[in-house]
Amino acid sequence: MRDVVVIGAGMTKFGELWGQSIKDIFVEAALKAIEDAGVDHIDSMYVGAMSSGLFVGQEHLGAVMADYLGVNPIPATHVESACASGGAAFRQAFFEVASGASEIVLASGVEKMTDGADVTEVLATAADQEYEVYHGITFPGLYALIARAHMEQFGTTREQLAAVAVKNHRNGSKNPNAQFRNEVTVEQVMKSTMVADPLRLLDCSPVSDGAAAVIVASMDVAKKLKRNPIRVIASAQASDTIALHGRKTLTTLNSVVKAAEKAYKMADKKPKDMNLVEVHDCFTIAEIVATEDLGLFEKGKGGEAAANGWTSIECKMIPVNTSGGLKSKGHPVGATGIAQIIELYEQLNGTAGARQVPNAHVAMAQNMGGSGASCVIHILEVK
Amino acid sequence: MITARYHREIPQRYRLEASKCSKCGHTAFPPRLVCPECKGKTFETVKLNDEGKLITFTVVRVSSDKFSKQTPFAVGIVELNGGVKITTQITDADVDELKTGQSVKLVFRKIQDDGKAGIHCYGYKAITT
Repeated sequence: MRDVVVIGAGMTKFGELWGQSIKDIFVEAALKAIEDAGVDHIDSMYVGAMSSGLFVGQEHLGAVMADYLGVNPIPATHVESACASGGAAFRQAFFEVASGASEIVLASGVEKMTDGADVTEVLATAADQEYEVYHGITFPGLYALIARAHMEQFGTTREQLAAVAVKNHRNGSKNPNAQFRNEVTVEQVMKSTMVADPLRLLDCSPVSDGAAAVIVASMDVAKKLKRNPIRVIASAQASDTIALHGRKTLTTLNSVVKAAEKAYKMADKKPKDMNLVEVHDCFTIAEIVATEDLGLFEKGKGGEAAANGWTSIECKMIPVNTSGGLKSKGHPVGATGIAQIIELYEQLNGTAGARQVPNAHVAMAQNMGGSGASCVIHILEVK
Repeated sequence: MITARYHREIPQRYRLEASKCSKCGHTAFPPRLVCPECKGKTFETVKLNDEGKLITFTVVRVSSDKFSKQTPFAVGIVELNGGVKITTQITDADVDELKTGQSVKLVFRKIQDDGKAGIHCYGYKAITT
């Protein structure tokens, strides 16, 4: 496979974008990415979205978005892997360029969640409909099952869960595209409304609208355009049982472990080589488990790491979710995986402003679907 | 819920029918066409043991619209005797008194209503023993 680089990025602000349709936000993000890359055309495009059919009654998103972006007749494909749809779309673009089939591909993600659907019900379609959702479980509920098991097995505390939200809101306060730019305290998190014991409102990522897009290209294109070559040095994906109850353990997400193993091998890197990591913190417990399963911390120590500040930008040990994560930046489901790549791109370009991690050269994004039934990991590097 | 879909799930919801792999003995619930352990493709139908213990649980306080009249309700993962794990509501219990490790037994209950004109949907819930 030949070298693949990211040469441009664009996203909408994440939040309740009531004045804009799903088409509007996609086109805004895509145009920004194309302009940022400085390309005059794209060869094909992928659109990651979890459930536009249920959220806004629109499927066939590849064709819809190619039409409204004005790029017909290029190939345009919708990619779905629940909350990992964006990461999966990026992975398809990566392969298309790596194989030599295309030179310039748009990888994007979009979700419009505030147009009136029963969001809890739509999100639950990422779990086992017949043997989990039938019994009334929700996504906060599924992660609460993981949280209780983690707390009982490793002594992870409520305060440690809260520390994740506090840190991510602090990072998000420095991100102009974040949905929530307010800081929160441990006390506020622990007094927020109970959603699914032991998870409270401020443990949960929000309901968001948003779109994100990047331009993936060959090294030849990057050189011609004189772009800072930010290489994609690993793309890995793994799957696990769709139902949480089907797993041998509830406190390790095997799809994350397996995808990470493959990604580190492909990149020839180790966890300690990462200068920053974006993880899929749909709930605070998810960040704790992900940081363990990515090998950043020993199993059972993720909570302690968060509470000790080891994942903060200031600490410089291993900054996690410098963008504010899903928790503060927002979680328009299909857009999330691409927005993670954008954070890596900005950090490696040195354009992350107040969130900048000094001397960032290698960064990883972990995007997850459902309660961990799918996981997509990418590692980017700039020399 | 479409009646055909509901009807075909009755063996699992009403009678806890599972599939036991003739090759490796692994029991899968619901039944599968391929054994997740050994990839075997022949099975015998068995009935799950209806007793087990609660290994984790939550209390859902914010639900989808369909379950909003039931909140707060407890949902957990139960490991049945024999090793099969299932997700189920825990009913007839004070949700604040639940503990992991607690012994439970599956009982037949109404699970959800299918809107004003739809059917009642039944299945298993756990009670503490």
